[in-house]
Amino acid sequence: MISRGERLANYAVLALFAVIAVFPVLLILQTALSNDQIGGGGSFHFENFADAWDQGHFGSYLRTSIVVAILVVGLSTLFSVLAGYAFGTMRFRGSEVLFYVILLGIMVPAEALVIALYFDLRELGLTNTLVAIVMPQVAQSTAFGTFWMRAYFRGSSREVVEAARLDGAGHWATLWRILVPMGRPAVTTMIVLIFMWTWNEFLIPLIMATDESLRTAPLGLAFFQGQYTSGTALLAAGATLVALPVVVLYLFLQRHFIRGMVEGAVK
Amino acid sequence: MQVSSRGPGEPRRVAYLYILPALLVFGLFVLVPLARTAQFSLYEWNGLGSSTWAGLSNYRDVFTEPQLRGAFVHALVLIVFYAVIPVTLGLLLAAAMSRAVLRGMGFFRVVLFLPQVIPMVVVAIAWRQIYEPNGPLNDVLRFVGLDSLARPWLGDYTWALPSVGIVGTWVGTGLCLVLFLAGMSRIPRELYEAARLDGAGPFREFRAITLPSLRGEMAVALTLTVIAALKTFDLVYVMTSGGPGTETTVPSYQVYNNAFLLGRVGIATALAVVLTLIVFVATVLINRVGERGER
Repeated sequence: MISRGERLANYAVLALFAVIAVFPVLLILQTALSNDQIGGGGSFHFENFADAWDQGHFGSYLRTSIVVAILVVGLSTLFSVLAGYAFGTMRFRGSEVLFYVILLGIMVPAEALVIALYFDLRELGLTNTLVAIVMPQVAQSTAFGTFWMRAYFRGSSREVVEAARLDGAGHWATLWRILVPMGRPAVTTMIVLIFMWTWNEFLIPLIMATDESLRTAPLGLAFFQGQYTSGTALLAAGATLVALPVVVLYLFLQRHFIRGMVEGAVK
Repeated sequence: MQVSSRGPGEPRRVAYLYILPALLVFGLFVLVPLARTAQFSLYEWNGLGSSTWAGLSNYRDVFTEPQLRGAFVHALVLIVFYAVIPVTLGLLLAAAMSRAVLRGMGFFRVVLFLPQVIPMVVVAIAWRQIYEPNGPLNDVLRFVGLDSLARPWLGDYTWALPSVGIVGTWVGTGLCLVLFLAGMSRIPRELYEAARLDGAGPFREFRAITLPSLRGEMAVALTLTVIAALKTFDLVYVMTSGGPGTETTVPSYQVYNNAFLLGRVGIATALAVVLTLIVFVATVLINRVGERGER
């Protein structure tokens, strides 16, 4: 047992670090609700969000981000489940080598892909398209997802699979009717991580989206702040809008975020 | 016919169909670009006209041009801020709290981990505001009478890089603390009690029990934070654009800068290849050390 004093000291340390962790977040929120114009009344200025949405074009940036996130999460989840199933439960020639190649791909930083990819896609007239923004992220997320799903399928109970087979279920039905529903926690964690990485991705859209119409939310925010001095209510309101979806998701699914980042520490 | 020892026992060849989409997208958007990056790095090209064979001269430039070499030096400094300080701080704090079973840890875990999920661009904007000449940091310094220390942090030749680094410390410390506290809760209490019966002080307890037990967690924390430091881009792009002068340039920023602003695609891709190799070596080394401890 520890003393009362020691317990209090522990809480004090935790509280101090908690305050440091939230301070910048609260600063942005406070600025977002503050009054830029001289003479305006009231204490909370929610109209800043409306202004950021319209005048700051954040509505359009967020829409692009949502489309990109849906495409990346959807495609890479599908590809990862399929590939992870094969790597985790089947034996085939070359499986080891192929898996290690994919594992290596998890470590490759985007910097080593996007430059060459930009110039090659430009030749094909594909820069400044959704394909150019989405597919490189699908590829990187699929590398991680395959690794993640393989671990789940390897650990899945073989008795269940055998039983399904005795019931006459083929490999396709076994996957979708038994293993995927059973593995919902693993799949959810993967989806949450891929969503966060996609939403926060900056370098790929920066290089691939050459005009404003395809700017994702973080990209739009970066360009917006280039035009205004920092500390303005409109900029802070924009920053809040950009962070909001991922922070809200985090508050609801924090276990998945933390577990995923801790266990999937390869990316 | 060979019987597979595990798996649903379906025809093995169907596996290739299952991995086909993943391999296709991976090949087209990772392997091919990676190979093209390596190829580009051997040429001199401005991104528009014709290119000329350059052999390994781009790589020579990466290691000899002061501005490019400087970017790697800055990355090393950032590793101290992103990885060394958070891991050390996390270890010390976790060790100090090891004896307590605290209630409300769930709440603290959520708050401490929060910096990890916020988009880096948003983080950069928040910290830019903190560092403003009339921002909260200088306000506090002036309030406590340290007016002489107040300065435009991100415009200061000496302080710009550490100021960027502190943001990395902010992002990483909570992660390390959460990881280590979780790891410590798995260490059997009896170990500590036995050590205490043997007359071990807090320092020996830490060295003999806490540190070895947290090897795995340390490997995870170091992998995440060191790679984050090496790949820093968003933060520098938004906070300083590499300035003042070239005081805060980092490898990723120089990749972008050389490819798209300076028209030196060969140099940019050579830099990217070197950065990739460094990331590989760092990942493998950290995990080697982590694994060795678990045996």
